[in-house]
Amino acid sequence: MIELPLLRVTGLAKTFGRLRACHGVNFELFPGEVLGIVGESGSGKTTLLRCLAAELEPDEGSVEFRNVEGELEDVHRMSEARRRFLQRTQWGIVHQNPRDGLRMRVSAGGNVGERLMAAGERHYGRIRAEAVAWLDCVELDPVRIDDLPLLFSGGMQQRLQIARILVSRPRLVFLDEPTGGLDVSVQARLLDMLRRLARDLDLAAVIVTHDLGVARLLTDRLMVMRRGEVVEEGLTDQVLDDPHDAYTQLLVASVIA
Amino acid sequence: MYVAVKGGERAIANAERLVAETRRGDPAVPELSLAQIEEQLSLAVDRVMTEGALYDRALAALAIKQARGDMIEAIFLLRAYRTTLPRFGEALPVDTAKMLLMRRISAAFKDLPGGQVLGPTFDYTHRLLDFDLAEEGMLRATAETAPISPASSVPRVADLLGREGLIEPAPAAGEGPVPDLTQAPLAFPAPRELRLQNLARGDEGFLLALGYSTQRGWGSTHPFAGEIRMGIVAVEYEPPELGFPIEIAEIAVTEADLVNQFKGSAESPPQFTRGYGLVFGHAERKAMSMALVDRALRARELGEAAGSPAQDEEFVLSHSDSLESSGFVQHLKLPHYVDFQAELHMVREMRADWERTRDQIAERTLATKAAE
Amino acid sequence: MSPARTPRLPGRSYNFAYLDEQTKKMIRRAILKAVAVPGHQVPFASREMPLPYGWGTGGIQVTAAILGRSDVLKVIDQGADDTTNAVNIRRLFAKTAGVKTTTHTAEATVIQTRHRIPERPLTENQILVFQVPIPEPLRWLEPRESETLKLHALADYGLMHVHLYEDIATHGRIARSYDYPALVHDRYVSSPSPIPKFDNPKLDRSPALLLFGAGREKRIYAIPPHTRVKSLDFEDHPFSVQRWDRACELCGARDSFLDEVVTDDQGNRMFVCSDSDYCETRRGGKTPEAADD
Repeated sequence: MIELPLLRVTGLAKTFGRLRACHGVNFELFPGEVLGIVGESGSGKTTLLRCLAAELEPDEGSVEFRNVEGELEDVHRMSEARRRFLQRTQWGIVHQNPRDGLRMRVSAGGNVGERLMAAGERHYGRIRAEAVAWLDCVELDPVRIDDLPLLFSGGMQQRLQIARILVSRPRLVFLDEPTGGLDVSVQARLLDMLRRLARDLDLAAVIVTHDLGVARLLTDRLMVMRRGEVVEEGLTDQVLDDPHDAYTQLLVASVIA
Repeated sequence: MYVAVKGGERAIANAERLVAETRRGDPAVPELSLAQIEEQLSLAVDRVMTEGALYDRALAALAIKQARGDMIEAIFLLRAYRTTLPRFGEALPVDTAKMLLMRRISAAFKDLPGGQVLGPTFDYTHRLLDFDLAEEGMLRATAETAPISPASSVPRVADLLGREGLIEPAPAAGEGPVPDLTQAPLAFPAPRELRLQNLARGDEGFLLALGYSTQRGWGSTHPFAGEIRMGIVAVEYEPPELGFPIEIAEIAVTEADLVNQFKGSAESPPQFTRGYGLVFGHAERKAMSMALVDRALRARELGEAAGSPAQDEEFVLSHSDSLESSGFVQHLKLPHYVDFQAELHMVREMRADWERTRDQIAERTLATKAAE
Repeated sequence: MSPARTPRLPGRSYNFAYLDEQTKKMIRRAILKAVAVPGHQVPFASREMPLPYGWGTGGIQVTAAILGRSDVLKVIDQGADDTTNAVNIRRLFAKTAGVKTTTHTAEATVIQTRHRIPERPLTENQILVFQVPIPEPLRWLEPRESETLKLHALADYGLMHVHLYEDIATHGRIARSYDYPALVHDRYVSSPSPIPKFDNPKLDRSPALLLFGAGREKRIYAIPPHTRVKSLDFEDHPFSVQRWDRACELCGARDSFLDEVVTDDQGNRMFVCSDSDYCETRRGGKTPEAADD
């Protein structure tokens, strides 16, 4: 049986005034696949991610998501109610700044349990048990379940953000510079955890990063962006080991091995 | 033995009599007349009319007398009275270009057609208490005034700038009836007409503080006083039977046209933007504050980042009405003892839990120690 | 500025129950909408009333819109007929409507209340009008009206349950003792107004019509007769009401909400029914003190 794409992007473009932030973006993403979008700051990768995650409305093109019934739905033309439902069950966004993706004045347990409660779970004990399990899964000590995220380090906040999303077992996750602003050793541990989770949970993911090391470790495929356009794409190892486009070559060469 | 206290009705009736006595004060002192308030406290009357949303100097004077000089209380009286009045129609928009001017200044130009007319303003007075006023009957020299220029020779600054396209055009009159704040409750986002209606009747102190905040960096709009006018305008109404407008009243208004930071976009060239304020009577501080806040609230529409309180539509418009704010703040004086009792009950239960837990932990610690 | 003249003031008499008929029509339309969608807050153009916003103008407008000449009106505050606010509102209606008023729940056809539901079960011939300060149950979690509107429209109440979860995590129990949120007709989460949670069960499938008026916030909502009302909770932390381990010292009732009264400066206290009519009726009528006029 031919597997159908989970996400299909066609002719996507977004303009701000006179600035064409991204245009002419086409790709398909399959279940369990991890796609990386790399480029320098200003390349349009974050704009693209936000359009994919339905945070921004594109000026041209479409983003289609395949629902559990197997049908493609246009993410920007669906009703607000439907979009919000998908956003808190089947999708997730890990923000670069964890404060954007957490309720800072709600305990870790409350943050993780929110999607369950929004979906109708009404047993406090079960919610708590599940929160404990997920905290453990992202390598946070469950003893901190009642602590406020304000008291967590940046790396811990990032893990909490991830747990908060994964609790609803989403099929598609967007990550915006997931290791940005973190210590090198903290980054390494986070990346290991993400790689394990993506594999264990068979997640499809789109990761935006300027760090080629992150891309190499986590992604199956790569899209290189420059000034709003996709200049090269292909399997990660191929793109990084044998770049064809001049800009990609420059990027790869500039990484200190 | 505890006996339920009754007599609330009598207490309230007596409280009312006490208010009347206290209001009157020393009977040996002459009683205030409404005419005195209208003539000699006219700025108070102006404020009460604007925030009371009703143009009637005599009623405003009565409200001030009844409220013993408490302006917010007087405004409340006038608004409550307004509720009882039937509406029979809508006036035509007042044309301030035809204003019979008593005062007209512009900070944007040194001189301009029609000139700078100072009028009766505190602005250039020295704020020294004038002890002559402590006695009645001190005769004053009459002021020298120039003849009032016809309105046609005093063009509006906004129109002067507009001729060169330097200022954004005034918003065109829309199709259909003007939204009316008193007919439907405010919903967000609110159109500019409703925002201005809300600001016009909004508390002067609140708007003054918000306007001030924009000048100190909380959402700056770089304003200039393009023009401030104060004078008499006609109120016209077109009865359906006649089919043409007739003048039904003359009212005094103050108008503030503030000229702000210039914008530009892909579609239109850089232009100055507007902030507008209009109030009853002579009230420049309020008109200017209103104009500053009006411009700040247009941030979203003009594509500006909007993070300051004065730019937050819900924050500003939900808290500008002194009747609402005063009523709710003071409602805390009403009995709340049932809910307080409920809280007491809960706190006591939680304290009992806390003590039980602490005792359990203590027992366990003892038991562990004994075992060792 | 304006020509000097002697102020000429109009005389004034008031329409039945103060509001003019157009305004009453507008409020009744809002009430009908509210009854048609139980628990949903209907915006209405609230009028300035002779009492301040925050002091019951919503309840007053609702009562004024539904009151008829043959109605019998009871007004209570904190459960008592004789608290100053209740007296004041009853006086307003006595003055502007001339309807019969009563302190007996059994006799009333319209009861306006602040912060309590009468102990005596209501009948299908009665309407209970609640005074509501903050009609939006999500207001403390989300200050923006534009956002809470969306949450209600999408039945997105996750945030509310997170809040209750936090209570249990912090205090071991849901720490709401009054204004306890409830799900009305399985659809809208509503604020029952600041009644103690003790009174919440009385909302569920009441044969009376329950109307809620918020004047300052400009919202009306309703719970029609025999509507299912379920206070929010968790399966393993179910909703429970306050209980006292004592009875009312005046009438012996064990099933009513008790007020705590401090009787001397040694801190001695006694507990009596908050519902003054309930207590009096149980005691067989008049209380032994000077009757009021």
